[in-house]
Amino acid sequence: MGWPAGFQPRQELMDAERLGRTLARMAHEIVERHPEMSRLAFVGVRSRGVPLARRLATLVGQASGSEPRVGALDITLYRDDLTTIAAQPVMKGTDVAFPINGSTVVLVDDVLYTGRTVRAALDELIDFGRPGRIELAVLVDRGHREFPICADYAGSVIATSRDEIVQVLLKEEDGEDRVVLLEREAGRPKTRRGPAPREARPRPRSRKQR
Amino acid sequence: MSAYPHRHLLGIEPLEPAHIQAILDTADGLREVLDRPIKKVPTLRGKTVVNLFYEPSTRTRSSFEVAQKVLSADSLSIAAAASSVQKGETLLDTVKNLEAMNPDMVVIRHASSGAPHFLARHCRSAIVNAGDGAHEHPTQALLDALTLRQKKGRLKGLRVAIVGDILHSRVARSNVWLLSKMGAEVVLCAPPTLMPPGIEALAPVTYRIEEALEGADAIMMLRIQTERMTGAYFPSTREFHVRFGLTEERVRRARRDVLILHPGPMNRGVEIASEVADGPASVILDQVTNGVLVRMAVLYLLLGGGEAA
Repeated sequence: MGWPAGFQPRQELMDAERLGRTLARMAHEIVERHPEMSRLAFVGVRSRGVPLARRLATLVGQASGSEPRVGALDITLYRDDLTTIAAQPVMKGTDVAFPINGSTVVLVDDVLYTGRTVRAALDELIDFGRPGRIELAVLVDRGHREFPICADYAGSVIATSRDEIVQVLLKEEDGEDRVVLLEREAGRPKTRRGPAPREARPRPRSRKQR
Repeated sequence: MSAYPHRHLLGIEPLEPAHIQAILDTADGLREVLDRPIKKVPTLRGKTVVNLFYEPSTRTRSSFEVAQKVLSADSLSIAAAASSVQKGETLLDTVKNLEAMNPDMVVIRHASSGAPHFLARHCRSAIVNAGDGAHEHPTQALLDALTLRQKKGRLKGLRVAIVGDILHSRVARSNVWLLSKMGAEVVLCAPPTLMPPGIEALAPVTYRIEEALEGADAIMMLRIQTERMTGAYFPSTREFHVRFGLTEERVRRARRDVLILHPGPMNRGVEIASEVADGPASVILDQVTNGVLVRMAVLYLLLGGGEAA
């Protein structure tokens, strides 16, 4: 796996074993909170939220005996920064092939950061119907929220600086299970702290900000 | 670098295969949006598009309008026949006045080849060519390619026969450019009077439809454009049908899994027999759906990106 340009690994946050244990614990919490599983569904946010949602659904299925359905959201068309990013992301398509009216939808993503992705995912999800309840499960909550959004299930909560990137690697997408904290390579200009004008803030342009 | 690095879509000729690929891939990515319970996404909220049509159009204009609505762009459509164009306003004046209302894009269809290019030189808005004279109709070629790719899984190596009024057809020109850039094999067929001189530099030419259809993976029929004909190009529509019409019997010369395309509107019983137009090989209605997707992709790629695009 090549890291985003200008970044290098600083610290490993999870290895494969710890990632597996974290997901198992999250699945357990979900089962505990929803003893009657009948109306539970998982919806992953592309790209790495989707394999995470599948794994959680399998784990929940093993614990409870009935495996919830899994969908995928591509939030590209709902982003609030399409006009400020230079290149449009490639679209992979949304796939929610079951009715969500009245059900409990657990939205799954790898990293919770500004909350803008979740905002877009909520907007897209309610265009598919009226779920009875939506919950949020993330593998890593790294802080720096820009919206009033918080996770119902967080695998791990870590303090980060805005200059860092939390990179989740998954077998299905990247060939290995790992979570790594990346920092800027020395000599690269640091970003300003605090709220900077949107355009002035360097973002990893072609991907969701982590 | 953006997947589609241009500010306008003026024609297929200046595009590279990778740009064509980017538009087709984006269109495929958008396909599921049309199957949703709520067929609307907020992607282009606050963007304004002017559809300026100097020639009649049903499919292309409504297709652009549907694409704009699905992506939440605001649009207004101006038909020249019901506008100040009738009072003698020039194209540039019309567009300059529209531009004073700050649209982000102008979609234009015009009887003169090069009209969109002229606007692109004089306007700030993104310009999309929806057909200019007998020159190009890029979104039609893109939707044809999307349909072929959807049904055949590829464009490279396909044998495609383009049959009919090639002289007056911007669809034919755009398709020849697109298909040859993407590695398909094109053969053109028309009566000598409806074959533009010099076209054999772009693709092989035949005057016998039987020869053109031999082993074809796809047949693109073109409309006989009587409204553009200033002289007698063929004796009668009946004779045209006898010599060049696509009949069931002639379709049998093509491959068994041949696809039949027509950009519409069809002259049934002239260039295409009704049994063929409505037959199992016809993908004419798939073309219409794919037309919406291709136009959504073009809107998204031209208006979705930022300043650097």
